[in-house]
Amino acid sequence: MPTVELLFSALPEHVRTARLVAAAVARRAGVDEAVLDEVRLAVGEACSRAVGLHRSSGVDTPVRVLLTEDEKKFSISVGDEVPVDGAAVQAAVPSARPESSPDEAETTEAEDEGQMGLAVISGLVDDVEVIDGENGGLIRMTWPTTAP
Amino acid sequence: MDLSLSTRTVGDRTVVEVGGEIDVYTAPKLREQLVELVNDGSYHLVVDMEGVDFLDSTGLGVLVGGLKRVRAHEGSLRLVCNQERILKIFRITGLTKVFPIHTSVDEAVAATD
Repeated sequence: MPTVELLFSALPEHVRTARLVAAAVARRAGVDEAVLDEVRLAVGEACSRAVGLHRSSGVDTPVRVLLTEDEKKFSISVGDEVPVDGAAVQAAVPSARPESSPDEAETTEAEDEGQMGLAVISGLVDDVEVIDGENGGLIRMTWPTTAP
Repeated sequence: MDLSLSTRTVGDRTVVEVGGEIDVYTAPKLREQLVELVNDGSYHLVVDMEGVDFLDSTGLGVLVGGLKRVRAHEGSLRLVCNQERILKIFRITGLTKVFPIHTSVDEAVAATD
């Protein structure tokens, strides 16, 4: 069960809100101060990607962020509700999401930014999982914590 | 908005001083500014990032877009940045090889390569 759960409307202005909450919870969980910038950036990228996917697919449900503190680790899961075409599960590559937006150029730009976002996350965080399911996707990022 | 922008000319260069956070919400404002400058005929830009507290891939995308735009006019886009936490995202994405990154505005303005 997550330590903190955040649900926010898929709006760009709330990505910052998610960054601030994530940094606060991470600090409380014992993530090293020097690593907090990384947490902020990684969660920001994952949330920006989710917001982009929701907007370009016309999904108006919120983006969900789960922040979980375990004994020796802290993880953040960012979930979107943009369904995958045919439940393909891919590791570190963004899946082929159906392009339902009429403005194809805008959709492609959102996907490009989503891909750059994933590249940044995998370059920053050692432990990342990207999961795609029939009802949406999940990016889970985990950091070690130090004992108090 | 959590982003501040100011511009000034130094010789034939236009310096854009950015402050605050460049993310998915504020990056469009920076994009608009860069587009406006190019439309007004300013093709040699220096983006001063010393006052930037946060930069994500959306911000990088805007800077890359700006670089492409000025290059279409044989121009240049240079960055001023000394902050390791901001330089980090350029390193991770390999963009340190794409943007000239200077340690001061004076240096950026004087550069000719």
